[in-house]
Amino acid sequence: MTVPAFRMAGPPHIAPSGSVPAIMRSVLLALIPGTLAMILIFGWGVLINVLIAVAVALPCEALMLRLRNRPMEPFLQDGSAVVTAVLLALALPPLTPWWMPAVGVALALVLGKHLYGGLGFNPFNPAMVGYAALLVSFPGQMTVWLPPTIGPSGSLGLMDSLHYALSGSLRGGLELDALTQATPLDQIRTGLGLELTVGEIRTEPGFGLLAGAGWQWVNLLFLAGGAWLMHRRVIAWQIPMGVLLGLAVPALVFWTANPDQYAPPLLHLLSGGAMLAAFFIATDPVSAATTPRGRFCFGVGIGVLTWVIRTWGGYPDGIAFGVLLMNMAVPLIDRYTRPRIHGRGKPGPGTGERS
Amino acid sequence: MITRLFSFPGGLRLPDHTAPSTGRVLVRAPLPERLIVPLLQHRGDPCEPAVTAGERVRRGSLVGRATGETPPVHAPTSGRVLSVEPCPVPHPAGLRVPAVILEADGEDVWSEDLPPPWQDWETVSPEHLRQRVHEAGVVGLGGAGFPTATKLRAGAKPGIHTLIINGVECEPWISCDQMLMLSRPQDVIEGARILARATGATRLILALEEGRTACLDALRRAMDQGPGITLELAAVPARYPAGGERQLIQTLTGREVPSANLPPDMGFLCQNVATAAAARDAVVLGRPLTSRVVTVTGNAVAAPQNLEARIGTPMHTLIEAAGGYCGTPERLVMGGPMMGFALDSDRLPITKTSNCLLVGDGALFPAEAPAMPCIRCGACAEVCPVRLLPQELYWHARSERPEPARDLGLLDCIDCGACAVVCPSRIPLSQYFRYAKSELQATDRAHVQAEQARRRYLLRQDRLTREQQAQEERRRRKKAALRQPATNRSPDPKAARQAAIQAAVERAKRKKAGAGGDGNDPA
Ligand code: SF4
Ligand code: SF4
Repeated sequence: MTVPAFRMAGPPHIAPSGSVPAIMRSVLLALIPGTLAMILIFGWGVLINVLIAVAVALPCEALMLRLRNRPMEPFLQDGSAVVTAVLLALALPPLTPWWMPAVGVALALVLGKHLYGGLGFNPFNPAMVGYAALLVSFPGQMTVWLPPTIGPSGSLGLMDSLHYALSGSLRGGLELDALTQATPLDQIRTGLGLELTVGEIRTEPGFGLLAGAGWQWVNLLFLAGGAWLMHRRVIAWQIPMGVLLGLAVPALVFWTANPDQYAPPLLHLLSGGAMLAAFFIATDPVSAATTPRGRFCFGVGIGVLTWVIRTWGGYPDGIAFGVLLMNMAVPLIDRYTRPRIHGRGKPGPGTGERS
Repeated sequence: MITRLFSFPGGLRLPDHTAPSTGRVLVRAPLPERLIVPLLQHRGDPCEPAVTAGERVRRGSLVGRATGETPPVHAPTSGRVLSVEPCPVPHPAGLRVPAVILEADGEDVWSEDLPPPWQDWETVSPEHLRQRVHEAGVVGLGGAGFPTATKLRAGAKPGIHTLIINGVECEPWISCDQMLMLSRPQDVIEGARILARATGATRLILALEEGRTACLDALRRAMDQGPGITLELAAVPARYPAGGERQLIQTLTGREVPSANLPPDMGFLCQNVATAAAARDAVVLGRPLTSRVVTVTGNAVAAPQNLEARIGTPMHTLIEAAGGYCGTPERLVMGGPMMGFALDSDRLPITKTSNCLLVGDGALFPAEAPAMPCIRCGACAEVCPVRLLPQELYWHARSERPEPARDLGLLDCIDCGACAVVCPSRIPLSQYFRYAKSELQATDRAHVQAEQARRRYLLRQDRLTREQQAQEERRRRKKAALRQPATNRSPDPKAARQAAIQAAVERAKRKKAGAGGDGNDPA
């Protein structure tokens, strides 16, 4: 019998159970229902945004990897740039000139990710960095939404949407203002400013049974995708549940105390980017807290901040800032939420931290 | 009796893979022509050789004398000693240790001066039982190979209340304990009761994995027979590393052994089922440990099975007995896939701690993929049974100065490898940790060195006394021989020498603080 030559390797001698590309693929899959709903409700512009964002993200990532002298293949295949691009695109208004998603994604990847050292090292959520940069630079463009219309073409046809995306103007001399409509969250803000009650505002067009018409379905479908991710254990429950509780609990308290002045919890949960944020944005592992309890706190923080910004702040939706603010708190959260090690007393803050 | 179960944090469901090797009955492995019996088969100091080249031995004859805590080593069969020389042994660092190379004569007869069998062991004092276990060379057969008598003795100090017989084979592929329980249930249970008597434990639990119904039935049928205290059977959920010492204690009692303590400090003692059976053979039959059950399995082994193999059998003999290789064997692992280590050759001998030989091809053991950066996904922390944060430890473990990782519990890591299996970035976390731990331990070198110096001093003292005694003995005998030239000239010198050695060993042992055993091996 010949003596076989054995390869040496350290334990464990077992095929690893997951991979970064597999996680990213699952996330993209889980985004599909909500994204389809958005396309259906807000028109082709959503799809155009996503495609432009992805088309810009890949060369941008490649360029940064080249500049940073990193191997292309594993990092381009990890799928994280695509996820960032899609998330940012879904957060943008459906009708934007092409350079908005392009610039947003470039900022997200360059400023938000690679300048910090690339995948795994960025303290801020890249998609939200891109979003916040756009919101601060182009507040006008970032807050115009189309009215929700159920139908294959939405309010604008594919050619019309493309024309707008490429030229920044509508065909046939149409003014954009004629088409757009404030989002339900915006409507509430302006309505309350006009001394209307929440009940009165909700009778305006644009509201549905649970929350904003259209928006409620988008949110419910993102919730479904997120639930599937949780079920597959791609994401842990702590962050999404934290966000939703952080958003719902203060809403509930204030709404019970004064239902005329404060929107009900369900409206908050099913409006704007709530579900997208809870299950897909806040769960970006790199920039989130990493201890189990810390993640819950991180989620709650985002939820509460979002509610505060929505209720009293100057921006219609507070998710991006909620996420970025909580990103800053991550080192602190992680330090004070260490689990108790087996066979030991209460953990101290210790000295270890990511550096 | 139903034992109430608790749960330990983290853990991982792993595929079982024991079906191939449990489909065949447990048989005796063929007797090889040559055996390589290492004089060190676990941590600690090597035995002193008790034989020289050319000497004839029988099965059970002493070939390595106990040194310090290291129990003696016995000849696994009858034959002739070819040489005593350093040989490569299965060890993660490819160590060479002194070994007795034995040529089997094929007769396989037992030695005549084995200690007397004690069928009525309930009347034997615990101390004598412990002594017998030590003299029979019994060590923990679960993987770490901690000298059993040392553990028993450490337990005798503060008092052991609960003895846990560990039959939880939580690593995939390994089935040697399962097959042993299936084929010798009475012996396992009797051994468990002997160990309970030797430690003074009042509660005796035999734990195995859920779903091992055949084993459970066999044990149930056997547990009402024989003397000794009542035995509880506990079927614990099959979640890796359920067989880890601290995890098993937590599962069975709900208590955590403090990080700074060892289980015996808390009155718990864990012993593997194979150890119990070996202790039983030592006490009831008077036979020292010369063989063990080894699982030979993997997808590159033609007929996976369990073999009762003599210590010192070259691995390739066992693999041939299991049908030889099939396909393209790429990696040979001793132990399970989670904590076992790869070996570069199948010519190495099996030792008392070799529970499993796992041979697989490239599909079973895919080449290590390049690691990606940590994405802080927390999957590792979710499965860590010690509730560490591997993702944080990793930042420090791979840096030049791993000192901060000490505060984060690096030294509490039990090397289970669960974190590495789930890491989507394919970071070999547990390997980093093992390395960083050794670094930390190196920074404590001053302490360690002092300890070693003390040991060396004690061993030297031992040797000097022994030499002195031997000298005196020779002088005395010479004188006696001169005085009575007509009588029989040899009043059993062997026995006298043995007694002297024994006395020296006893002294050394008494001098030493009773060390505890924390073989964290969830095998
Ligand atoms: S499993 Fe791997 S990638 Fe995830 S946090 Fe742990 S070390 Fe990082
Ligand atoms: S190897 Fe260490 S850090 Fe990793 S899961 Fe096991 S105990 Fe935890």
